[in-house]
Amino acid sequence: MTSAADPLLQLRGLSVRYASAGREVRAVDHIDLDLAVHECLGVVGESGSGKTQLLLALLGLCSSAARLAGSIRYRGEELLGAPPARLQALRGRRIAMVFQEPMSALNPYLTVGTQLTEGARRHLQLGRRAARARAAELLATVQIDAPAERLRQHPHELSGGMRQRVMIAMALMCDPEILLLDEPTTALDVTVQAQVLELLHAVRARTGAAILFVTHDLGALASLADRVAVMYAGRLVEQASAPALYTSPRHPYTAGLLRSLPRLDLPVPARLPAIPGQPPDLAELGAGCAFAPRCPLVHDRCASSPPLRALPEARSVACHFEGTAAQIAGAWA
Amino acid sequence: MASFLLRRLLTAIPTLLVIATLAFTLLHLTPGGPFDSDKVLVPQIQHAIEARFHLDEPVWRQYLRYLADLARGDFGPSFQYRNTSVNELIAQGLPVDAAIGASAMLIALLVGGGTGLLAASRPGSWRDQLPMSLAMLGISVPVFVTAPLLILLFAMRLHWLPAGDWVAGSWRHLLLPSLALALPYTAYIARIVRAAALDALGQPWIRTARAKGLPTHTIVLRHALRPTLVPLVSFLGPALAGVLTGSIVIEQVFGLPGIGRFFVTGALNRDYTLVTGITVLYGALIIGLNLLVDLCYAWLDPRVRNRT
Repeated sequence: MTSAADPLLQLRGLSVRYASAGREVRAVDHIDLDLAVHECLGVVGESGSGKTQLLLALLGLCSSAARLAGSIRYRGEELLGAPPARLQALRGRRIAMVFQEPMSALNPYLTVGTQLTEGARRHLQLGRRAARARAAELLATVQIDAPAERLRQHPHELSGGMRQRVMIAMALMCDPEILLLDEPTTALDVTVQAQVLELLHAVRARTGAAILFVTHDLGALASLADRVAVMYAGRLVEQASAPALYTSPRHPYTAGLLRSLPRLDLPVPARLPAIPGQPPDLAELGAGCAFAPRCPLVHDRCASSPPLRALPEARSVACHFEGTAAQIAGAWA
Repeated sequence: MASFLLRRLLTAIPTLLVIATLAFTLLHLTPGGPFDSDKVLVPQIQHAIEARFHLDEPVWRQYLRYLADLARGDFGPSFQYRNTSVNELIAQGLPVDAAIGASAMLIALLVGGGTGLLAASRPGSWRDQLPMSLAMLGISVPVFVTAPLLILLFAMRLHWLPAGDWVAGSWRHLLLPSLALALPYTAYIARIVRAAALDALGQPWIRTARAKGLPTHTIVLRHALRPTLVPLVSFLGPALAGVLTGSIVIEQVFGLPGIGRFFVTGALNRDYTLVTGITVLYGALIIGLNLLVDLCYAWLDPRVRNRT
């Protein structure tokens, strides 16, 4: 079944639905995505746009109330509905995840060493000594000083930035092929954010792991991602190579997001522009385009949901408006 | 750690002093004395008795004498049980209560803990709802109802176990009172363990552990067990103190020679030394067990360890 042409990870029509108070919430709605070997794909969206659910779905870790549909293929192997034992063998070994909140995502009762080594001891059958040696080596890689000492410490004895470095080291323990990063810099202050991003660059160069980087911060992605996918209300609205997306966004939402980024190369405006309105309640989505109520280009045809349209240069967009990036930018101004 | 222990033991002294003083004051403020009765005693005899127990002295001197005895671990002679010291009475009664209390706690921990974990493994299912409704019942129905019911069933109907009385070292005599005492504690523990286990399993670090591909038993035993034990331990400290010093209801229903009985009759007869003695003992047990609870916290949770 596996062939060289298969992407590392291939999502087709992936949906994650929850029944909530009698209503259906589509946290992830028919997402198609590919992740190639060594590629870094950024997924951007506001809080509640389904980004985290997307990552959890890949690991089979959505809550038991979630209903999943579609297809998740890892090297051609279907993961959706795969036996739990198979998923367990892949988790942490082939596909590893770095969670958002390094304080709560680390167990306060166990030492850093125990938490770092337990995955490798299981997956790679490393002995205690070998696993701790590897852990110390990785802590050094993520630029934590006195690694041997850190292994004996507990998470509360580390700073926020250090905890996130520990999380990253933990994900790297088994040399995974895919790294899932769930807002790895959000809980950190700005200088530490920059350090962690730099570290991720180094990790990428060193391990060659493919990265799926989920964030609400387009700025954090700019230097790291090869390709960026934008999510809105559980759907994919635009996908393009990073340079193309940043320079000529083709979805009004993407353009709005980019416009609201602070820029160092332009005069500082009195107020940063923002997208008016709120993201929609996922349980109240109608048949039309979910972004229509906030869109400056809204039109009658937006009452029907726009399909994802393929554009040249391997990009795609889900919008009825077929104008140029300049026209979209003009609509926001 | 040593300095923490020393500090805690030193702070226990003023606490015990307050308990001892309160017990002494309240008893002496209560109307009536240990040797008041309907028959009028010859004044000389009355005087001789009071002199023997130093009741003719001013209260402050009695208080100081009491504290001095206490400091030597001597609770004094009982007023009511002639020629018997309070220490001897406690030495008689405490093993009975301790045996019943300890076995009741063991039952409660095993049954309650198991039930709580089972309920937490499938929240909302019948495996959760049935035992939790039973637990609610176990908490609400008082021991003076369940104990006679147990006697009625296991002693009167089935003749499996004796209805009461006490034979030291006989498990058959131990079982029914332990069961009766264990019932409400089992129910409490089941509810505490269920809530704590659900809370622990809902923590974000459990998701991290699952994302590492760890098997379920490792996740439960390594990542969820300790946080589950924390609320249980804080419940167990005071509960153990209560259960070890006897339940007057259980002792009455099963006719057991425990110290709960001494405590109540002592209070009714103004047996000053007996009541203050048992009160101080109970206070010391509470303090000791709470210290043990705090040590358990430190052992369970590294964040506490750093603070102590």
